[in-house]
Amino acid sequence: MEQQFSSAQLGMWAFLLTEIMFFGGMFGAYTVYRSMYPGAFQSTTHYMNVTLGMANTLVLIASSLTMALAVRSAQVDNQKMLRIMIVLTLFFGFVFLGIKGYEYHEKWVEHLIPGPHFEYNVPNYAHQAQILFFLYFAMTGTHALHMVIGAGLLTYLLIKSYKGSFSSHYYTPVEIIGLYWHFVDIVWIFLFPLLYLIGAHLHA
Amino acid sequence: MTSHQVVPIKVYVAVWAALSILTMTTWQVALIDLGPFNIIAAITIAVVKMLLVVTIFMHVRQADSLTRLYVGAGFLWLVILLGILLCDYLSRSWIPGGQFWPSGPAMIVGG
Repeated sequence: MEQQFSSAQLGMWAFLLTEIMFFGGMFGAYTVYRSMYPGAFQSTTHYMNVTLGMANTLVLIASSLTMALAVRSAQVDNQKMLRIMIVLTLFFGFVFLGIKGYEYHEKWVEHLIPGPHFEYNVPNYAHQAQILFFLYFAMTGTHALHMVIGAGLLTYLLIKSYKGSFSSHYYTPVEIIGLYWHFVDIVWIFLFPLLYLIGAHLHA
Repeated sequence: MTSHQVVPIKVYVAVWAALSILTMTTWQVALIDLGPFNIIAAITIAVVKMLLVVTIFMHVRQADSLTRLYVGAGFLWLVILLGILLCDYLSRSWIPGGQFWPSGPAMIVGG
């Protein structure tokens, strides 16, 4: 059992490494374009909803705490607490996605979605700023997709926990899905300062 | 699985509090004009937050050495990816007569 647990943990990390490189490519594109067009990238912060971005960061951190406590509840065989923590994690996940959806709607209304209807108040930066908004939607969109998949996995955990599948002797799926959830949290920890706060000092 | 140490709740809550405080810190620091140090401060705080999540929430502190090696290797490869990328783009302007990036309309279509 102990060896199975370690193997599953190692296998999940192997998958997460491919995820690191996947997101790493987008962070690479971001790094190159930001170093090329620092002025245009700084000007976009004015159009970001920093309050909601920060609220979402705090929501996601809280969901990571409840996920960690869910794993701990399984370790100490507290079935009721395990379910409460999974439900709380799901709740924070949906709050995050709801806020994200509201922000996407704001960008739609303000014509900040890259494409033929993109409008930007600083004409010199219009083309370059569009690259940032393209990266914004690509990176937060991929992140949101991971959240949706995570919510599906948590629902699976909740159903299994009602069937009494987990105990202090066997909680590998809780631990593994926890690793995935924390990884998605880490991606957002980097996305928040890189997308929302680039030129915050200019608008303070 | 009795050999797995159960981390006390207060440790998890302390990590959560630290992550929340660091989130407020990253926002407050971003409001101050530090020149090139703004991005350095932002990345440093993000890396500290990442290490807290990885070591405690993701149990890497208690994991066996092979898992730790995997985790370390993952971040090493990411540093290689971003490092070599920056070596290219940031050094382009060092060549006499070289251009950081072609200017003019051509750049929009990737010329």
